[in-house]
Amino acid sequence: MRAIRVFLRSFKEAFKSVFRNFSLSIASVTCTTITLILVSIAILFSYNVNNVTKKLENELTIIVYLEKDATKEQADELESKIISIKNVEEVKFKSKDEWKFEMMNYSTTLNTTLSYLKENPLLDSFVVKVKNVRDLRKTSEKIQEYEIVRSAEYGEGMVEQLVSIFDIIEKVTIIIVIALVLVTAFLINNTIKLTIFSRRSEIEIMRLVGTSNYAIKLPFIFEGLFLGIIGSIIPIILTIYGYIIAYTRLDGHLFSNMLSLVKPFNFVLYVSLVLVAIGGIVGVLASYRAVRKYLKV
Amino acid sequence: MKLIELKNIYKTYPNGVTALADVNLQIAKGEFVFVIGPTGCGKSTLMKLLYREEKPTKGNVLVGGIKVERLRNRKVYKLRKKIGVIFQNYRLLPKKTVYENVAFPLSSDGIKDSEIRPKVLKALERVGLKEKIKSFPDELSGGEQQRVCIARAIVNEPKLLLCDEPTGNLDPKVSREIMDLIESINKKLGTTIIMVTHDAQIVNRMKKRVISIDNGVITKDIMKGKYKENESN
Repeated sequence: MRAIRVFLRSFKEAFKSVFRNFSLSIASVTCTTITLILVSIAILFSYNVNNVTKKLENELTIIVYLEKDATKEQADELESKIISIKNVEEVKFKSKDEWKFEMMNYSTTLNTTLSYLKENPLLDSFVVKVKNVRDLRKTSEKIQEYEIVRSAEYGEGMVEQLVSIFDIIEKVTIIIVIALVLVTAFLINNTIKLTIFSRRSEIEIMRLVGTSNYAIKLPFIFEGLFLGIIGSIIPIILTIYGYIIAYTRLDGHLFSNMLSLVKPFNFVLYVSLVLVAIGGIVGVLASYRAVRKYLKV
Repeated sequence: MKLIELKNIYKTYPNGVTALADVNLQIAKGEFVFVIGPTGCGKSTLMKLLYREEKPTKGNVLVGGIKVERLRNRKVYKLRKKIGVIFQNYRLLPKKTVYENVAFPLSSDGIKDSEIRPKVLKALERVGLKEKIKSFPDELSGGEQQRVCIARAIVNEPKLLLCDEPTGNLDPKVSREIMDLIESINKKLGTTIIMVTHDAQIVNRMKKRVISIDNGVITKDIMKGKYKENESN
């Protein structure tokens, strides 16, 4: 019962303390706000970049052209063989007529050329989607070995370069986010440490009048939590409204339809959750560590 | 009945300064004791040993049956709850009101509000500050702040009150008022009082037990002593 009362009182005291130490609170909150805004921007940016690269990766396929004299049975057999390959996600048959139709729509030159020909010179094919584009080459080589396969193409060299560039972009953005989170943690940690440093005489007095370490620590820990959470309010508002506005203004994509943005909901809510978690957790840890330092009397 | 017992106390600080050497001392319940001596003689160290701000290098400190030097850091608060301490610089919590300051030792201990309130009001009444309940420390005069400090020290009704130069920053008139207050606490509540002071006037007027320390050694311990006993004594 006593411990619960101490707990509840600490909560109340921490709340009061945020306002009574107004200038110190403002300093911590401002620092938290600014750094969390940066973190938010970094998360929004990197998530979108990764989203685009994932989408582009999904567009990468292997096209398996069949021999001209392949029968229907052979084609079916090949399809079941391809689909049993581990890395294969999906196989779709695309007949030579479909190709012809697509090509004729693509350009007028092709249109005239193809319509001039009596027979369709194109080949029947399978469009193969893979699970992991990094193994695109291996999978295509494997398919190549099967009978009645004339060729399995995946855009060779270009694709490999593209995938490795995506990998680099992904890694760089993740590193940026992690680095920013660390910097944020460090900055919030330091301002809260200073806040408590300027109040170390209070901690000393509390000890002198016979307050247990638990009862000294708790209000400071709650205060750290409050400061962290208050500091994340503005970044969250900016994240939610900023992103929704940017999304509608840009019509959901950058430059072209290929570079589509992540839909605002529930994306912004997750980002907000991450921001408040960073603020709160770092606030608690920072004040806990700072107080503990002055309790070693 | 003795409340405090120091046995063969030695205290050497890490920088090599010996603050106390072979100090033996007994103080009974309800006594009023002055501790005097030149600056740096070790009297503050003596006080700090009693509320475990410092540990003796050698020897035993017994306060109300507690072996103080054996207390672990985490448990020190249990001793301090039983001891009231008054400081020269008051040491009030600056962001808390007079009421909250006096209530602090109780509220941080998880005692019910309904039990805290009468105790705090009684303590504030005793020091004559009942009407300043909602003031903050920086709105009070030095004498008033010292009264708040005293109220905080006695709110738990401790058996022992340690006073470290409580009148050091106050003018003679206010000092006298504070001393009267402390004496009344000694008489009415039976609280044992140990006071470090430089104020010869106070010591001479009150005629209590006086312990003189010089260079870390107790040089005199006289029952109705004065600040500067004649060499002929």
